[in-house]
Amino acid sequence: MSKFVDFGNALYSGDRSIDFIGRRKLWYSIAAVMIALAVVLPILRGGYNFGIEFKGGSEYRISAVGNKADSLASSAVASVLPTEVTHVTHVGTDSLRIQISNNDPVVSESVRVAIAKAYGVPSSDVASSSIGADWGADVTGKALNGLIVFVLLAAILMALYFRTLKMSLAAVISLLHDLVITAGVYGALGFEVTPAAVIGFLTILGYSLYDTVVVFDKIRENTFEVEHSESSTFAERVNLAVNQTLVRSINTSVVAVLPVASILFIGTTLLGAGTLRDIALSLFVGIVVGTYSTLFIAAPVYSHLREGEKKYKAAAKRVEAARA
Amino acid sequence: MSTSAVVSGARKRLVWLSVLAGIFAALIGAGTVFGWGATLAPQLALDLQGGTEIILSPLVSNGKSVTQDQLNQAVGIIRQRVNSTGVSEAQVNTNNNNIVVSIPGIPSQDTLKLIKNSAKLEFRAVLFASSGASAYVGGGINSTDPRVRASASAAATAAGGPTVPSSSAAPTDSSDTHYITESLRRKFNGIDCSTQFRTPGQIDDPTQPIVTCSEDLSTKYLLGPVSFKQTDGKTLALTGEQITNADFGNNTLSNGSTGTSWVVNLTFGGDSSNSGKTLSGKEAFAAITKRLYAIGQASQSDPRAQFAITLDGYVLSAPVAQAVITNGSAQISGNFTHDSAKALADSLKYGSLPISFEVKSQNNISATLGTSQLWAGLIAGGIGLLLVIAYSIFQYRGLASITIGSLVVAAIITYLLITLLSWRQGYRLSLAGVAGLIVSIGITADSFIVYFERVKDELRDGRSLGTAVESGWKRAIRTILVSDGISLLAAVVLYTLTVGSVRGFAYTLGLTTLVDVAVVTLFTHPMLQLFSRIEFFSSGHRWSGLDITVMKSASYAGRGEFRIAENQKAGKVAKASGEAVRRQTIAERKAAEALASVKNSGKTSEKDA
Repeated sequence: MSKFVDFGNALYSGDRSIDFIGRRKLWYSIAAVMIALAVVLPILRGGYNFGIEFKGGSEYRISAVGNKADSLASSAVASVLPTEVTHVTHVGTDSLRIQISNNDPVVSESVRVAIAKAYGVPSSDVASSSIGADWGADVTGKALNGLIVFVLLAAILMALYFRTLKMSLAAVISLLHDLVITAGVYGALGFEVTPAAVIGFLTILGYSLYDTVVVFDKIRENTFEVEHSESSTFAERVNLAVNQTLVRSINTSVVAVLPVASILFIGTTLLGAGTLRDIALSLFVGIVVGTYSTLFIAAPVYSHLREGEKKYKAAAKRVEAARA
Repeated sequence: MSTSAVVSGARKRLVWLSVLAGIFAALIGAGTVFGWGATLAPQLALDLQGGTEIILSPLVSNGKSVTQDQLNQAVGIIRQRVNSTGVSEAQVNTNNNNIVVSIPGIPSQDTLKLIKNSAKLEFRAVLFASSGASAYVGGGINSTDPRVRASASAAATAAGGPTVPSSSAAPTDSSDTHYITESLRRKFNGIDCSTQFRTPGQIDDPTQPIVTCSEDLSTKYLLGPVSFKQTDGKTLALTGEQITNADFGNNTLSNGSTGTSWVVNLTFGGDSSNSGKTLSGKEAFAAITKRLYAIGQASQSDPRAQFAITLDGYVLSAPVAQAVITNGSAQISGNFTHDSAKALADSLKYGSLPISFEVKSQNNISATLGTSQLWAGLIAGGIGLLLVIAYSIFQYRGLASITIGSLVVAAIITYLLITLLSWRQGYRLSLAGVAGLIVSIGITADSFIVYFERVKDELRDGRSLGTAVESGWKRAIRTILVSDGISLLAAVVLYTLTVGSVRGFAYTLGLTTLVDVAVVTLFTHPMLQLFSRIEFFSSGHRWSGLDITVMKSASYAGRGEFRIAENQKAGKVAKASGEAVRRQTIAERKAAEALASVKNSGKTSEKDA
């Protein structure tokens, strides 16, 4: 504890400082490489792995079955739909997930009954969902609408609060960085894209901007009237703000990631693929990337955008002169 | 602020919070005890309790988009269809141009087909009407509609229900009583509107008479056929598709001014189809009103002066034809209220544009899977909460007691709110909602972190704990409000613009953001104010989480807005001071003075301001 406090004290006073702003070329290069990978890797992998919500089809889940042979499911499906291709996945220790491409709700019901009979469980114990091919696209389309409206409104809100458009711009740039990289991780690792994953993805929006706003608020405070300062430049003040809130950033991201990690763990081990795991997975990636980008993208970009302004340039020159 | 003022202010806030929580709890308690439908636990969505969720999207025949009014109509129709199958506790809601049907258990194939079918609006001539009970009871019919009373009293004279004509002859029009057969009479007398008298999804033959009830199940009808082949070879049929417009408004009085009673206006189209073999809506309506008006003139109380408007076989309204209408514009008057007039107009409009439904997704969760999802969610939440508590103890030692207290208070208030909303607003907690709650633990805890770090910053500036708490709070609450504002904005936008489970998630996320603001203002802050009076914390005990002994990095203590620990060593400032003094800002000058006074008083600091 005391070491962490010392670290916090040192960061606050400026005794110890991580150069977030000065080394921005390095951070920009890292971001460029990451974004390039986020675009290229999913393509190399052969595109995103969309769930049945995007392709259309039916999914059945049975838990606590004795005989887990895949062939039982295949023949049960074939008894209703002779030409259908059946995909069976084992989930956890005693659960099965069966997917077919037919999505007619009435046929789906017959298949459900057939599967229950094949595995010798009451038909009420077989969970099923049949989804039209455009449902996933529908959810995602609406989600993208939401994304655009939110980013616009949030940018306006931030511009009003911080009294500068440049903070909004920097925050939105870092948000886009987060979204592209999170989507890239999904594509590169071949995680299944489901509506639940889209929810997680949308939450990143809120979290990423939330995190950025906390740091920006400190930056706003530190850079107040910095153009009259003799002792430090705009960029230095921004860097100091990021350092002063670093302990908060670390604590916050740890605290935010812990519950998400626990959903991810429980969702994966107890339930297998499903809503909980999908939400948690995209959130987990998003929170980590979001915290990183506030420090290494949002703050440097903001400083980059503003330090070139005349008043700050002049002030920086005076500071240089005073130090010489 | 004096010490006592701070303490009493803090106590006041805590009392407010308790009152708020107390009111919520009392409402839920009263709602449960007095049987107003409240429950002690929030209602669960189907993915947590098992059941079937069907998401339907309306399909309009000619590629037009669906309006909100039509959607609401569709919801009403589907709700009635689902209820007609005897399924209890089915929920039908709209969700951004989609209709979500939630049914406990697994629906039968018939129910599924029924839900998907498009609604049918038809016009049939009334042959006979009486009250809805099976055994006909003369008199004492409790209806305020004069027409129902009239037809009921007419029926009373015809003891034993409709009269079967003594001679059998081919009917000459759709109001012809020759449609009434002995078996229809028996069927009519045997029906009790309060029981299930129609097979769900029943399609009636448009050329045959039917026996049915009014939508409110108060009146029983024997209705003529929809379509009738006239002697000239043309077919006379009137259905919803022939309505071109329907609206409602106040009646127009004879002197041209607007009256106070409500009427429904409807217009029939003039185009005849099938190269003139079928009468157009306008022509058909003219023919029908001409016939019914004549019947009404002959006998005022004859129920056959009415025509029934049926939706899915149920009679919505059965107005009497009071004139022959040849221009296709009819007006239905009666003792309508604003709402009932609107409802009928909407139904008529809806019927003019038949909507069928496409199943977008049908999700069936077995009760076992639902329970295990609920448990998984609770376990994940519990573990997440413990981890957050453990980390905050590690980071904030004594202060963690406030964090834990705040999280517990936030959890209680959120629980009460969700229970309350599930009672009053019909909110159902879904798995995505549970995920939203768990994720919000982190965002709620962040407010405390922002606050505590601010207070520490103030301590590092050399303030006493009491002052640090007050000024740290002033700065922290700004940050908390604006960052929570962003979070709330995200939740509101997602809730309004998205579909499906995204909404459940956004709902809890938005709710917990509001709870966070309430808790941090009404609990965390006053608690820290009170704690700062305790020796353990104010002395900066090394386990307090506020051990200011290691924070003695002094800086100036000016009250100005501008107060930042500069990133420089004292020496550098000294070098620069010659030029700098002349250009100092007020704040910097104050800082320098403060620094000087600190030095003079002997408490030499290591760093400059």
